[in-house]
Amino acid sequence: MSETLVSVQDMKVHFPIKRGVFFDRTVGHVYAVDGVDLEIKRGETYGLVGESGCGKSTLGRAMLRLNEPTDGKMIFDGQDFSTLKGEELRKMRRRIQMVFQDPLSSLDPRQSVESILVEGLRAHDLDEGKESTAKRLRELLAAVGLPSTALRKYPHEFSGGQRQRIGIARALALNPDLIVADEPVSALDVSVQAQVVNLLEELQEKFGLTYLVIAHDLAVVKHISDRVGVMYLGGLVEEATSEDLYDEPLHPYTRALLSAIPVPDPQVEDRRERILLAGDLPSPANPPTGCRFHTRCPWRQATKCDTERPALRELKPGHKVACHWAEQIRSGEIQPHEVKPVLVEEDDGLSPDVPLVGPASVTEALNP
Amino acid sequence: MALLEVRDLTVVFQRKGEEPFHAVDGVSFDVEPGQTVGLVGESGCGKSVTSLAIMGLLPKRATKISGTVTYDGTDLLKLSDREMRDRRGRDLGMVFQDPLSSLNPVVPIGLQVTEVLERHRGMPRKEAMIEAKELLDKVGIPDPDRRLKEYPHQLSGGMRQRALIAIALACRPKLLIADEPTTALDVTIQAQILSLMKELVQDLGTALVMITHDLGVVAGLCDEVNVLYGGKVVEKAMRHKLFAEPRHPYTHGLLASIPRLDAPRGEKLTPIRGSVADNIPWTSACAFAPRCPNALDVCRAETPAEVNKLGRLLRCHNPVVPGTPAAEEVQA
Repeated sequence: MSETLVSVQDMKVHFPIKRGVFFDRTVGHVYAVDGVDLEIKRGETYGLVGESGCGKSTLGRAMLRLNEPTDGKMIFDGQDFSTLKGEELRKMRRRIQMVFQDPLSSLDPRQSVESILVEGLRAHDLDEGKESTAKRLRELLAAVGLPSTALRKYPHEFSGGQRQRIGIARALALNPDLIVADEPVSALDVSVQAQVVNLLEELQEKFGLTYLVIAHDLAVVKHISDRVGVMYLGGLVEEATSEDLYDEPLHPYTRALLSAIPVPDPQVEDRRERILLAGDLPSPANPPTGCRFHTRCPWRQATKCDTERPALRELKPGHKVACHWAEQIRSGEIQPHEVKPVLVEEDDGLSPDVPLVGPASVTEALNP
Repeated sequence: MALLEVRDLTVVFQRKGEEPFHAVDGVSFDVEPGQTVGLVGESGCGKSVTSLAIMGLLPKRATKISGTVTYDGTDLLKLSDREMRDRRGRDLGMVFQDPLSSLNPVVPIGLQVTEVLERHRGMPRKEAMIEAKELLDKVGIPDPDRRLKEYPHQLSGGMRQRALIAIALACRPKLLIADEPTTALDVTIQAQILSLMKELVQDLGTALVMITHDLGVVAGLCDEVNVLYGGKVVEKAMRHKLFAEPRHPYTHGLLASIPRLDAPRGEKLTPIRGSVADNIPWTSACAFAPRCPNALDVCRAETPAEVNKLGRLLRCHNPVVPGTPAAEEVQA
């Protein structure tokens, strides 16, 4: 048994932007995930954080091949998951399960809980007779803290937190090795959030699960994860153990992100220094050259930043960062300066070098 | 006298053939000029309905509002629709949660800002445009000249929220109500908007009512905090006091269930059992009793009364004693 369960190598997901009526011409790409390497060890929880549009969900989905990656590999338990086809892929999928963000829309409203849970078992030939299945279902419900009367009910009869428990039970049903949880608690009220977070932790201990938790809330991710990767605009900018990341964030973006999160303690809030980022996230269809973060970075330098894309490198053991000047920022040699917000175009993702030819609509095509 | 005095505000929704539903149940609070008052609670606690009732934005049908909302000496609840229209936008500004659905999608931003100025301050369009440009500049929108001509869909979420704040501030209202102004935004953008609001409150002396579910936001921004549960204020205190020593089991439970960024690793969260759906009516019990780790028999038999002691208002039969560890985890 190898230490590493999942290894993602240079994963890329580019979505084409299509234009035109008669011919679907590709006029540009949204670089949702643009070259990500990461490793997840068996039994650990890897947290992926970033703001909306940074590609964290797309990366999670591409790993399960719910979106076909454009390029790159994922090695799962020694096997190349990205080249599997047909029946082999289907069988492998049993071992990787997903928990989705919105528990209501990810559960079929017309299926009872029993049928939701049994469906996966049937599909993977784990349904061995009525009795053993019934026993398994009771076990599952008990594991996620639902009463066995829940089996005959439908998703709408449950509260948000309970629905998320059903989603987790569905993922558990197939005895997976890896569970990818995409924003598992962000749709829930705070008091219920804690219930689900604790449940995930308990289940991990009990069943020896490996988690990939994708979330925008760094406090939740820090709480639940062993290691955390921070994404910005399609790439990983920093990766470290969760204590390390909080104690000594090395990438300017991580620093800003950490300082922006409100802490429910007025004394801490009054003392804290905030690093306010100027402007908005640039469009992933037209990402900045060089370091993706240089347009908003308070530590930006005159050279290198806007021309060379920094690679993820290990600055200290287990702590990787993608910044040209990480050492100098760490030692305080480079001080932050003011940044003027750059106007971000809410554009349609066209790169300027593609000329607009041909009709853009039916009316245009008929009346040139 | 306070700028805004809300006394015993009660909102009852009555639907045919159904029990009347008390969305807000006797809420009282004061807002002084330049003060920021927070209303915190989970979904369904009545915080948004409170703000809509103050602004007179609740539908008239099947809604019964009682109590008083005194703004500068007049009871807003007694005003006619026409009088209220004159006040909204001029004396009372409001910022909503979702900036995309509260801006008109087919009207350029500039026109939406000048609309307020023309209506309430009687400015001619040209002057209003110049003022609008200054407003956008003040809320930190780069290149305001161009942005004035653009439509809401062309702006990012953060920019839209800034535009909405600019509209709310156009007439320099003395009171601003912000209903979850940053919930739809990313954290770095949230930090920008919060620091903007803090600055504006300081510069203009505007009173701010901040409605949010995020205790972190409250900790940094509000002077006084009201914690709502099931339509009633269960605890009210100044922020330092409230966060240092939460006395109501609900406030205590909320704080224990939030993962904190500065907490040591491995610390377990203590959730509140059950969900809001388990509430029992306030009429002859404490609504929180089914979820409360401190519940006594009296909690299910008697509505707890409001007790105001040492600058803290508390509605609980068996409050948390400061210094004791969080109540043991109870299985749902």
